[in-house]
Amino acid sequence: MSKHETIRSGPEISRRTFLVGVSAAGLVCGVGLPGVAEAAAAFAPTTWYSIGEDGLVTVNVGKADMGQHVASTMAQIVADELGATWSHMRVALMGNDPKYNDPVLGAIITGGSWSTMMNFDTMSRAGAAGRMALTEAGAAMLGASADQVVAADSRVIDKKSGKSVSYADIVKSGKASKVFTADELKAIKLKTPDQYTLIGRDLPQIDIPFKVNGTAKYSMDATVPGMLYGRIVTPPVRYGAKVTAVDDSAAKKLPGFVQAVTVEDPTGTVTGWVVAVAKTYWEAAKAAEALKVSYDKGPNASVTSESIVAEAKRLQAAPGGELFFKLGDAAGALKSAAKTVEAEYTTSINIHAPLEPMNAIAEIKDGKLHIHCGNQFMTRSCAIAAAAVGMKPEDVVAHQYWIGGGFGRKLDGDMMVVAAVATKAVGKPIKIVYSREHDMQMDFSRPLVYQKVSAGLDADGKLVAVNHDLVSAWATKRWGIPGFMGNSADGHKQALDGFAVNGSDFFYSVPNHTVRTVLNEVAQSATPSGQLRSVAPGWTFWAVESLIDEAAHAAGKDPAEFRLALLDGAGDNAGAQRLANTLRAAMGLAGYGTKKLEKGEGLGVACVSSQERGTSSWTACVAHVAVGADGAVKVKKLTVATDIGTTINPDGVRAQVMGGAQWGMSLAMLEQATMKNGAIEQTNFDTYTPMRMADIPEIEVAIIANGDPVRGTGEPTVTVVAPALANAIFNAVGARVRSLPITTEAVKGAMKKA
Amino acid sequence: MASLTINGHNVTVDAAKDTPLLWVIRDHLNMTGTKFGCGAGLCGACTVHLDGVAVRSCQTQFGDVGAKKVTTIEGLSAHGDHALQKAWVAEQVPQCGYCQSGQIMQAASLLSHNPAPTRDEIVEAMTGNLCRCMTYPRIVKAIERASNDMRAANDTAGRKA
Repeated sequence: MSKHETIRSGPEISRRTFLVGVSAAGLVCGVGLPGVAEAAAAFAPTTWYSIGEDGLVTVNVGKADMGQHVASTMAQIVADELGATWSHMRVALMGNDPKYNDPVLGAIITGGSWSTMMNFDTMSRAGAAGRMALTEAGAAMLGASADQVVAADSRVIDKKSGKSVSYADIVKSGKASKVFTADELKAIKLKTPDQYTLIGRDLPQIDIPFKVNGTAKYSMDATVPGMLYGRIVTPPVRYGAKVTAVDDSAAKKLPGFVQAVTVEDPTGTVTGWVVAVAKTYWEAAKAAEALKVSYDKGPNASVTSESIVAEAKRLQAAPGGELFFKLGDAAGALKSAAKTVEAEYTTSINIHAPLEPMNAIAEIKDGKLHIHCGNQFMTRSCAIAAAAVGMKPEDVVAHQYWIGGGFGRKLDGDMMVVAAVATKAVGKPIKIVYSREHDMQMDFSRPLVYQKVSAGLDADGKLVAVNHDLVSAWATKRWGIPGFMGNSADGHKQALDGFAVNGSDFFYSVPNHTVRTVLNEVAQSATPSGQLRSVAPGWTFWAVESLIDEAAHAAGKDPAEFRLALLDGAGDNAGAQRLANTLRAAMGLAGYGTKKLEKGEGLGVACVSSQERGTSSWTACVAHVAVGADGAVKVKKLTVATDIGTTINPDGVRAQVMGGAQWGMSLAMLEQATMKNGAIEQTNFDTYTPMRMADIPEIEVAIIANGDPVRGTGEPTVTVVAPALANAIFNAVGARVRSLPITTEAVKGAMKKA
Repeated sequence: MASLTINGHNVTVDAAKDTPLLWVIRDHLNMTGTKFGCGAGLCGACTVHLDGVAVRSCQTQFGDVGAKKVTTIEGLSAHGDHALQKAWVAEQVPQCGYCQSGQIMQAASLLSHNPAPTRDEIVEAMTGNLCRCMTYPRIVKAIERASNDMRAANDTAGRKA
């Protein structure tokens, strides 16, 4: 078989996926947002927006907006085809109504840098449908023929007479009422890029005004009448504990205390949790402290980061696992190679730590489970919450909010589960708010990943073989949705978690390439993992882009030129030329090969695609570092070039790329979680330390958009920075670091070896 | 039960004295612009002013506020039009936005004491405020913009006077 017949999870996810796993239904549940007028007698040509008599257009957003401004992006796509004035655009955030399912993914889920690319067509058609209906009605009102009117700035204009009528007046007249069928939408001829009026412009993001005056509503800010607060008490291990006894005698003496609820969770989302319910947050916090809970710590009580690594090495050395990718004969080619390079790369446990700690309100009312929670995967999370209290997914009414940082953490529904169980037990609506300590210690973390990679070079120094083994927890397997699992390259159906390994199927032309992925059951049980911004490419490109660099040095070639030669776009690797161009762009901007460097300084390069080959964007980074004699690394500059095809809002893209670059550096240099005795050791921002303002380097970003189909932008920049930094450190002082985060001690140790 | 002066209003709050000011503001007064991020004074999301000085409201006990005047993001300006708020919009700073009330309150305290901070002084004043989306470069730009705008406005006012 040709190598790209390998089925991988990702863009191939079908509606079936969610029929197999969960089937959710619910009611319409947009949230009223500040500044959003209730649309009266609205015109709604599709489910995706309505236009009020005031001419305001409210776009119904099925995506979770956690700072990527995706709601605004959807509105910008609609507005362009609709011919609407930007200041007339509003957004409403949808809950779990399947009506607002992603048109490609068939569920309400936000992740993978998929939203814009997967919704662009649907939103464009929705916008165009409205324009067509309004134009027809407007022409009639103006007494003009359809071909002598144009739509622009929320008006239909008669080109002959210059007379015009506003969208508001057309809606008010009731003459625009057409609702488009799926076939009619499909038949619409969309604009070509040269006809865009709003796409590609730095329009102000709709959500920003609310976020500078304190009025943007997060679920942390939500209340419902009669609500009580629940503070969780978590066990001394991350997963697998059981509550054996709860002594609430001291808590009962405290003001406001209502009840302690032991969370029996049939979904297995949480284990060994208790909720202290009280009248206020602070009373609940004090009551939680006063509870004396006894535990059976379960099977993971002795697991450490070290034991996870030891198990990973044992698994890697043994047969087993699943073949993710196979082209040619890597083992044979390595044996006959003129030179081989072999290296182990590790990444640590990482914590999402969005600044809004996990929270949710649950209320059972009129047979429905109402959940207020900013969440990235309403379809699954609500289904799990329903299951936890013996209800059906269609019994859940979810209320979506602005999300105070997601980064993949809010794909999970643990906060909903706990709120649902507590509200059922107490009989009143309950708001659960995790403390920061709970949020960190009970994170569905980025897994610790161990990778062993071998490269083979022929006599000319050409890369002819790569053999890549990965051992990790499989976050997506934990979800229990069979359709999310990928088939192996040798035909095992739904046998592997592609989201633990993708990115390793890189775009370099290497004739012999094998990738094997192995589930680490110790990690799977002890560190229930989740999807952290960029997911597998966050570790696969760490290994691949470090290894390519090591191979280049072994071949005596410049690492950038070595890469460019491999990015020839041959055969199935079409598109790699665009990656080569981003690398050239970043090199040019950074002065690669021309910049005068001080002693101890170095430039390093890396270039990456994105989560799936089928969703790829193209991103390169040149890192400039200065390394001290003590091993301390100062990042002087990151230069990033990224090709995402088409930009909807270039300023929004820059924001994502800048944030992504800093995320990449933060994960590379500053963020590390460790497990001891089955527990995450870090509890707050004093021990788990994302980048702060004082840590930021100079960052330069170049966005390339040549009119190709739009691709995602939230994640790829995260993955390119760590290997660029490690490669720069090597070029600076000859020290090769192979473990993240890169510490001063590790660099110093590697300097001694060099 | 104790009184509190917040955003120019005197209110009476029925909360235990050891309740963090943050939760008095959020739960008792239903003003939710001030955010809970870490509960330990490590992130700055809960930053408010006490007599014009930035403090972490999660580390300030209700009983210790006394007669000091509390200002939250809701009271920073009459119509959300403080020079910093305008600069934050102009520079399109927020991503998720959750930390931004605290960032703006921290920056307002800085500019009220140092109207023309250097880049280093901005970083020193702001580095205690965590932004998980890492909007830091835009925060710096917005503070510089607001500083310039405020001084320009003062110059104009001075010339008129």
